[in-house]
Amino acid sequence: MGMTVVEKILARASGRESVKAGDVLEPRVDLAMSHENAALVISQFHEILKGTGLPERPWDPSRIAIIFDHRVPAESSKTATNHKKVRQFVAANGITRFHDVRGDTGGICHQILPERGYVLPGQVIVGTDSHTTSHGALGAFAFGIGATEMASVWALGAALNVEVPATIRVEVKGRLPRHVGPKDLILHLIGRLTAQGANFRVIEFHGDTIRRMPTSGRLTLCNMAVEAGATSGIVPADDETMRYLSDEAGVTGLVEPVAPDDDAVYVDTIRVTASKLEPLVACPHTVDNVKPVSAVAGTLVDQVVIGSCTNGRLDDLATAAKIVKGKTVAPWTRMLVFPASGRIYAEALTKGYLAAFVNAGAVVMNAGCGPCLGVHEGALGDGEVALSTTNRNFQGRMGNPNSQVYLCSPAVAAASALAGAITDPRKGAR
Amino acid sequence: MPRVVLKLGDDVSTDVIYPGRFMATVLPAETPQYAFSDMTEFNADLRAKQVPHGAVIAAGRNFGCGSSREQATSALKGHELTIVASGFARIFLQNSVNLGLRLVCAPGFEASVGDELDLEPSRVLNRSTGREFPVVPLPPARQAIVDAGGLIPYTRRLLAERKA
Repeated sequence: MGMTVVEKILARASGRESVKAGDVLEPRVDLAMSHENAALVISQFHEILKGTGLPERPWDPSRIAIIFDHRVPAESSKTATNHKKVRQFVAANGITRFHDVRGDTGGICHQILPERGYVLPGQVIVGTDSHTTSHGALGAFAFGIGATEMASVWALGAALNVEVPATIRVEVKGRLPRHVGPKDLILHLIGRLTAQGANFRVIEFHGDTIRRMPTSGRLTLCNMAVEAGATSGIVPADDETMRYLSDEAGVTGLVEPVAPDDDAVYVDTIRVTASKLEPLVACPHTVDNVKPVSAVAGTLVDQVVIGSCTNGRLDDLATAAKIVKGKTVAPWTRMLVFPASGRIYAEALTKGYLAAFVNAGAVVMNAGCGPCLGVHEGALGDGEVALSTTNRNFQGRMGNPNSQVYLCSPAVAAASALAGAITDPRKGAR
Repeated sequence: MPRVVLKLGDDVSTDVIYPGRFMATVLPAETPQYAFSDMTEFNADLRAKQVPHGAVIAAGRNFGCGSSREQATSALKGHELTIVASGFARIFLQNSVNLGLRLVCAPGFEASVGDELDLEPSRVLNRSTGREFPVVPLPPARQAIVDAGGLIPYTRRLLAERKA
């Protein structure tokens, strides 16, 4: 019986000829990623090893990546102390894939991992962040886990009791219309699948639209696969993956792409005609509450946010900068831009995107998770409305349960910032 | 007998269970104070120890969707709540297995605040309405972690076996 990409990856990582959905495995882990919550992983790791007589060292420090991104620079003494505790652990254990609060090498974990070449096709990647699904964009099987489970991975080098997920095949054909992008495609899919339609499943992306899509867009798709409940999203590695790895991620070693078998078994197949898509918005308070932008056009917005692990990449900033260049953000609207990494920040600076934002009245923030999860900057006031290129709009997400968050693409966000209201970029400012 | 103390709908996210602004607090001993912190009355009852151990939160499908934050599990575990829902999101389910928070998956489950429940291995009986709902058991691999007392003792046992 044929295997899907994830089944092949899990078979190899478990030393088996073949596996099928529902099998329970203990795959070895190629990369174990954490952000600030490494502080909790460290304390749980200590609990596991206490009294065992074993040294408190992770199985393979070269396979651990730690990236500070959720609260950078630290918003409180508590966070700063957590950062310090993690730094000490990193130094004591010789963890080299560590990205501290820095303007050059820092950034959001889900951008740092691909751009530094830490992610390779065929790998098994776990991360203490639900958006670890992002890394499926490079043909890896990547999924989110909790901190205690990560502590167990640090001890064993394998993920325990992983059930091979069934796979949903998504076929996307045709050209995306102007001002319609990967974000609209994934919002469309989440709207169709619902917030739990892909629970315990993998979404495998195929079709000529995907083949033409740059890795940045594929990262957006896989990033939000979890918003349909998926264990992971995955794009089988292809020529574009190889181009990204060699040209952008500096990978020089041998890379082995993994493709699904022709007779792989899928639990469902979803077909999408890209040319029929339109700009979409996920309305409060669930990500699957997806509507055409026209249905909510004119809704006044207090804050527009462009950035995050979903849409903070150079392509995203280019799209938004082109729309706002030479124009002015509405006086009642705050526009916040936060690039996904220091590298992207520097490139956007060189290309003039950041100047376009600042001159339009936007606030450009440091690379990091920024306002997305309501932790330390860009919080919303009572009754306020935000329009954001991030990935979640749950009640209270941006720090205030009495506010509303709409999700959209960079094009919709930029056009709406100028108008001060939700705007269809095909009709709004050009 | 377990009683329903809170009724919620579908897709209850970890942002609702444990708002992101408290994520700098990580230790299981410290997280329970922030459980459902934006639902101020329920949070106040929890903090005042007005909610008995074993009390039930009734919910719909996809409880615990969103972030992988383990605080959402440890905060509820700290109050020894039981969650009875039509379904759970994957990471929250796994975190709960790992930390020993009791979850009961009963598709179609319906109850109101104040209802009394019988929680049996194969069914949930709502004594107040007389309706019963079949329970979907944990897969054996997850049940093994629960039976070991959580992932920390389970991993310790594996390490000991490897050493031997």
